[in-house]
Amino acid sequence: MRILSLRALITSRGMKVKVLCRNPDDYVRETTRDIQRVPRNYDPTIHPFEVSREYTRALNATKLERIFAKPFVASLDGHRDGINCLAKHAKTLSVVLSGACDGEVKIWNLSKRECMRTIQAHEGFVRGICSRFCGSSFFTVGDDKTVKQWNMEPPGRGLQEEPLNTILGKAVYTGIDHHQTEGTFATCGQTVDIWDEQRSSPIRSFSWGVDSFSCVRYNPVETELLASCASDRSIILYDMRESAPLKKIIMQLRSNTLCWNPMEAYNFTCSNEDYNLYTYDMRRLDVPVTVHMDHVSAVLDVDYSPTGKEFVSASFDKTIRIFPKNSGHSREVYHTKRMQHVICVKWSADNKYILSGSDEMNIRLWKANASEKLGLLTPREKAALNYNQKLRDKFQHHPQVRRIARHRHLPRDLFKQKRELREMKEARRRKAQNVRKHSKPGSVPLVTEKEKHVVSVVE
Amino acid sequence: MRGWEACLSSSGRRDLLLRLLAGSRSVNERKSRKYTTKMAAPGGEAQTTAHVGKRRKRPRRYWEQTSKKYNSGGKSSDGAKQKAKKRRGDRRKKRKGGLSGEVESEDPKLCEQTQETGKKDNSGEKSSDGPKQKAKRRRVDRRKKRKGNLTVKVVSEDTSKKDNDGEKSVDGTKDTADENATKRSDAKFISGKVDPFPGEAPIPEERLRKFQRGNKFVVPEEIRSKLKDTLAKSQEAADLAQTQAARYDLLLTEDAGFLEGDEGEDTCTISQDDIAEAVDITSGSKYFNLRLTQFGPYRLDYSRTGRHLLLAGRRGHVTCIEWQTKNLMCEMNVMETVKDIKWLHSEAMFAVAQKKWLYIYDSNGTELHCIKKFNDVLRMQFLPYHFLLATASATGFLQYLDVSVGKEVAAINTKLGRLDVMAQNPYNAVIHLGHPNGTVSLWSPNQKEPLVKMLCHRGGVRSLTVDRTGTYMVTSGLDRKLKVYDIRAFKPLNSYFLPAGASCLSLSQRGLLSASTGDIVQVYRDVWGSGPMTKPYMAHRVRGTVWGVGYCPFEDVLGVGHAEGFTSMIVPGAGEPNFDALDMNPYRSTKQRQEWEVKALLEKVQPELISLDPGLLGKVDKATFEQKHKERVETLGYDPLAVEKFKPRMRKRGRSAAGAVEKRKKKVAHEDQRDVIRKSVKERMEKEKEKKRKDSAKEQLGEKTALDRFKK
Repeated sequence: MRILSLRALITSRGMKVKVLCRNPDDYVRETTRDIQRVPRNYDPTIHPFEVSREYTRALNATKLERIFAKPFVASLDGHRDGINCLAKHAKTLSVVLSGACDGEVKIWNLSKRECMRTIQAHEGFVRGICSRFCGSSFFTVGDDKTVKQWNMEPPGRGLQEEPLNTILGKAVYTGIDHHQTEGTFATCGQTVDIWDEQRSSPIRSFSWGVDSFSCVRYNPVETELLASCASDRSIILYDMRESAPLKKIIMQLRSNTLCWNPMEAYNFTCSNEDYNLYTYDMRRLDVPVTVHMDHVSAVLDVDYSPTGKEFVSASFDKTIRIFPKNSGHSREVYHTKRMQHVICVKWSADNKYILSGSDEMNIRLWKANASEKLGLLTPREKAALNYNQKLRDKFQHHPQVRRIARHRHLPRDLFKQKRELREMKEARRRKAQNVRKHSKPGSVPLVTEKEKHVVSVVE
Repeated sequence: MRGWEACLSSSGRRDLLLRLLAGSRSVNERKSRKYTTKMAAPGGEAQTTAHVGKRRKRPRRYWEQTSKKYNSGGKSSDGAKQKAKKRRGDRRKKRKGGLSGEVESEDPKLCEQTQETGKKDNSGEKSSDGPKQKAKRRRVDRRKKRKGNLTVKVVSEDTSKKDNDGEKSVDGTKDTADENATKRSDAKFISGKVDPFPGEAPIPEERLRKFQRGNKFVVPEEIRSKLKDTLAKSQEAADLAQTQAARYDLLLTEDAGFLEGDEGEDTCTISQDDIAEAVDITSGSKYFNLRLTQFGPYRLDYSRTGRHLLLAGRRGHVTCIEWQTKNLMCEMNVMETVKDIKWLHSEAMFAVAQKKWLYIYDSNGTELHCIKKFNDVLRMQFLPYHFLLATASATGFLQYLDVSVGKEVAAINTKLGRLDVMAQNPYNAVIHLGHPNGTVSLWSPNQKEPLVKMLCHRGGVRSLTVDRTGTYMVTSGLDRKLKVYDIRAFKPLNSYFLPAGASCLSLSQRGLLSASTGDIVQVYRDVWGSGPMTKPYMAHRVRGTVWGVGYCPFEDVLGVGHAEGFTSMIVPGAGEPNFDALDMNPYRSTKQRQEWEVKALLEKVQPELISLDPGLLGKVDKATFEQKHKERVETLGYDPLAVEKFKPRMRKRGRSAAGAVEKRKKKVAHEDQRDVIRKSVKERMEKEKEKKRKDSAKEQLGEKTALDRFKK
């Protein structure tokens, strides 16, 4: 007898036959406690319409993303005046410090969403606040021409809130930032001053024919470098070890604040009065790397995400926008009915949340990724989210998917203003084009959007 | 009989383990060994053919019943399990012994011999073609070379087996990977030999090609480096997916069926009774007849899982059967002529085209809808991924019903008369209609005109069908011809003359064609093969004139509806042996079905996406501006960018003369041409200058002489 293959039978007539006959035990789970058996066959012929089905999935994923985009997490209320400045705790994720226009400083616990401590720090505005790198104390500056150092720990029961140190200055200080690793800090006001924590007078003082500064920031990597925004439309770079400033860019309008990119620390972004943000490369200041447009009013504050891939900006137009670092337009806009002019904004150190302080005395907590699900995810959830993300990426250029993914609701006024600005811009462009057309060739050079805003660079 | 089945399949599993572990034995060798060791006489009671009308006590599930039979020896399920465990252990012991013995005695000659027999076995099933054989030989060589490692592998396997006494599941790739890893490391450790075949085992080209999507993209040199990186990465990911899918093919458990006659014997002479007798009883019971003489002739439809069967007699008899268990789900007489019947997306609902209107019933026979928008329907097709029910009516209308929302998607007046020949292309969801004038037209719901119209027969088209890869269409006409077309190129491939012509055509998942002539059903193989098809693969005479044929998905079964009832035929090699449970699972539970339904509804493909090329969405739209503009003009009805040519009004004089007004309106004359004019003037000036310069140079050189022409 010849040997035959599995389940083939030889009949008396000599034919060979094999018929499909499956044993159900191979395909059905044994008990209800088992997981279901799922035999797969990846043969493309039994999976027709794979592109269209994947597209449908991508469309669904995009729609779901928009459905779940509920970025607002919490509102922290308690201040009795507009919030003027915010600071992150250097070591603890859940602690945030805020200073208000009535001189009050509050320390918040984000996980409980409550105020842990209230200090009447200054008379008049609290202009700047920053935490020491070790997180044991923090500094505030205010309109009362003082710099105060406070203990992060609350005083014992029955004791008064007293600053650890108080420095009386000659002029109003408008901003403060602490060194990354050493006991020095920088303030700005009429000059940019470098202070040693142990001394009551600045160890160095920079000025470059400027009357007042609005912001000073240490570079997070090259820790001796500083940048400041001045009211004469300039941004000035300093080296702490030298006696004179390094460089100055003069722009067409004033910059309000700036923030260094924590990952590529040669880049910084400044928020400007002309509704735009500008990212500069420190090594090449004559042209900004990117101009970020979308706001319809002056931009007041900017902060980078700890990954350095995105930054958030706060504007006078009552919105917060999130920009990818190299994109000219924002990927996200946050607004609520009650949020007024946003004065300050911070991106949390775990890259998940955004904090905004606004005029109407509230600090708001937002998700950095609007549709993200908070809390622990099961592995299956994670896999599903990753898959959806990949699908969205894959089909992002399809018109339907793009339309849904890009759609954001804006308040009516904002929407109109945006349209108006676009028209104005278009008109200006058209006019420039016409002028160029009717002038002697070469006499009216083509100026790019990037070049337009820089007046000069002074060494 | 079940016991025997289970035994075989578990041996199949063990066999898989072996394959994974040793990787050295050829498929046929394996099979043969198993056959000799494991072949047991099939026992168990014979099943009698059940009549539909006779209602038996319904078992809870099809497989539960059989498993009970299997367990009947043991007292409790626990006992049975213990036994199974013991048996498995025994088998393992046996295998180990056998394997090591084999390894010792193995010499290339013996191996070659077994290979040879294996080849012979297979030769009947597949026509021998050059490259395949070559690849096979190469594989065999590789295996032979690898045999050196086998002893080591076995040893390592032993040690690992001792460590964990419990039985291992075999149906995961991870296990294989782990074992491979241990094998490799152990191999180095124990014998100190170096693996002569490092890295992963190569995958045959053919299998890789099966999983290839589109052509490989050649990255041009001049593109940006960032884009180049992205492209390279995506290509890498695609390659990985392809190789993994191809590798997974190894783990497919089932093999397709086949039928081979004795030497010199045609398979078409083998009767169904012989086949049913020869195969195991479960399979044998798939050949049965239902004598339903009263309300015939019958049309039929299998559900997509292949478990449920719908029968509709023309005189109103509608039944719904779980055909393997012969469990009757519903039976009724709608007291009207029934033209056609079709399952909707799951076995919970079906549509019946009755005398006047289209009705939808659930599986209990409750009427859910009567859709009066769809009248005089003759034929229906259900597009499962679009949830569309396409109907062709006697009035010449092709209508699409979206069954997920219950809306009519499109109603197309074909203007081609009575539509009683219809098929769908499962590859791109295009509907094919056959017409009395011999043409076949292709339709999508998005277009009022046919996508394609092709003249196929000299007489009317009687029947047509399309294969599942969307490559071939088979038609039969009143000219008694059976024609095969390549519908990607719209070219005829083969044409056969059938003495009586074919009335009903159907293609199976693996490409077997069934054609019925009168009361004979013939099954053909290799219809689109290169050689001419001379004899049918199988033939069977039923009791009455055939009215409808259809293959059961994932089974080797052909259902034939005829005037005297219904016949279920065994056609070995018809069904796809390995199903994908996430797509269609014949063994799914209610919960799984519900889950599947939700997922399927979520990824319902919109009817707008139906076109001849289903992959169109994944391609780059290279429509040029001109094309887009042309389309725009077509949709708008006028050209929005057209500049109207100025036609002067005939006025005599004055400032307001039409020409003067036009001139004034333009403000600057020829503004748009200024740059061009300026440029051309500049060029002309330069040319003139050049000319002058040359002339002056010539003058300087002096008079021309006759010898100048030899100068360069």
